[in-house]
Amino acid sequence: MPSPTETAPQPDPSTSPSAAEPAIRFDAVEKRFGDNVVLNGLDFQVAKGDRVTLIGPSGSGKTTILRLVMTLEEATGGYIYIDGEPLTHELRDGKRVELKEKHKNEVRKRIGMVFQQFNLFPNMTVMENIIEAPVHVLKMEKAAARARARELLDQVGLADKADAHPTQLSGGQQQRVAIARALAMDPEILLLDEVTSALDPEIVGEVLNILRTVAETTDITMLIVTHEMQFARDVSNRVLMFDGGRIVEEAEPEVMFSAPTEQRTKDFLSAVLGD
Amino acid sequence: MNNVTLWSWDLVQQVFPDLIIAFLKGTLVVTVAGTVIAAILGLAVALARRSGPLVVRGVLTACVNFIRMTPIVIQLLFVYYMFPSLDPMFIGIGIFGIHYTTYMAEVYRAGIEDVPPGQWEAATALSMSRGRTWTAVVIPQALRSTIPALGNYAISLFKDTPFLIAISVLEMVNVGWTFGGNHFHYVESLTLCGLIFLAASYPTSLLVRRLEKRLAFAH
Repeated sequence: MPSPTETAPQPDPSTSPSAAEPAIRFDAVEKRFGDNVVLNGLDFQVAKGDRVTLIGPSGSGKTTILRLVMTLEEATGGYIYIDGEPLTHELRDGKRVELKEKHKNEVRKRIGMVFQQFNLFPNMTVMENIIEAPVHVLKMEKAAARARARELLDQVGLADKADAHPTQLSGGQQQRVAIARALAMDPEILLLDEVTSALDPEIVGEVLNILRTVAETTDITMLIVTHEMQFARDVSNRVLMFDGGRIVEEAEPEVMFSAPTEQRTKDFLSAVLGD
Repeated sequence: MNNVTLWSWDLVQQVFPDLIIAFLKGTLVVTVAGTVIAAILGLAVALARRSGPLVVRGVLTACVNFIRMTPIVIQLLFVYYMFPSLDPMFIGIGIFGIHYTTYMAEVYRAGIEDVPPGQWEAATALSMSRGRTWTAVVIPQALRSTIPALGNYAISLFKDTPFLIAISVLEMVNVGWTFGGNHFHYVESLTLCGLIFLAASYPTSLLVRRLEKRLAFAH
């Protein structure tokens, strides 16, 4: 149960979405898998246009947060708001009510995700992967979707791979296609889940450079889970340190990486930065 | 009686055209029609058992188990004597189709389960509808891994067609057997039947294997 102090100051956001609404807001979110409590009443917000990186040891709940926002998992308690609108559940007459699939779909369309394992559809060409959702979900004209896909492929440096099948591409190329596929939906929020963890070290750079460009040239809100601390430093304007499903420390990247205050953050950073 | 002749080329010549005709009009028709029915119904059963209402799932599971756990000859004879007015050929196609549906449903189920969870998640992340996720992502991928098994079951069904003799369908072995009875000499006609089966199934199995290689995703 959320205590009064956690819920009282917030006006009901579901009735008044406005420019001031955060892109993502977690309100006392709880996620348990059986007896295993991953998140226990988590509150945090991501403002529009923010680039927030979540760091912390594995099992600290970072990836679960992304999966909750993408509705790949459902919270077992609390509420998640996207741009002020409830994502999967809302508070109605003092009860936590699950929202209709149709509503979830509408909210979900504003969110895109890039996965660690790329997850391209192997039965489709690169072009088909990219235009699938714009054509069938956004009901875009096929010609327009193709034109946009070509632009995006150009951006990620794969203009000549439109007719290739994902299995003919290297890991780095597949991930670049996956980024193009996510961007083709024009998401307001982009979730990046350890997008370079499955890549060989020498091609991590090419993927990160593309994401840097996306960050510089768009105002997409980004929520990032990564072990690439330099990337987190370059791209994000806020870093949240997680441990045991709680935010241990929160700071701008310059502060977080050079002068963290919490001992747990110091220990974690020295472990991942290897000094 | 010419009981000294072990092998008569004369009988071979006589029976061969009849066997080929029976093969084309009986054996092959049941094989092709039965396989098509099994391939289509099998997918429908697999989908219904995965995402249909609980009652449907329970009924289907019971039916599948019942059909798989009883011999196909019993099923053929049962329907043959229950519905004497039905054309035996029709019964044969129906029973073979339904019997193999239960095997194919299992193959499709495994194929669907083999589609990695990441594919479903990517579809969700792209806000694809449930229906579109099935038809554009999951089923095409599941089919690739099931086509070799489908081919193998088609061969298996093909080799089961002599059971149709029990309900007097004029498939190849029945014709060969009758011919043998009429001439008091079974060896020629039955040997030919065996060779025709071999000549049909062996190349088919090679084709299935080639298809398997071509369809496999490079990992």
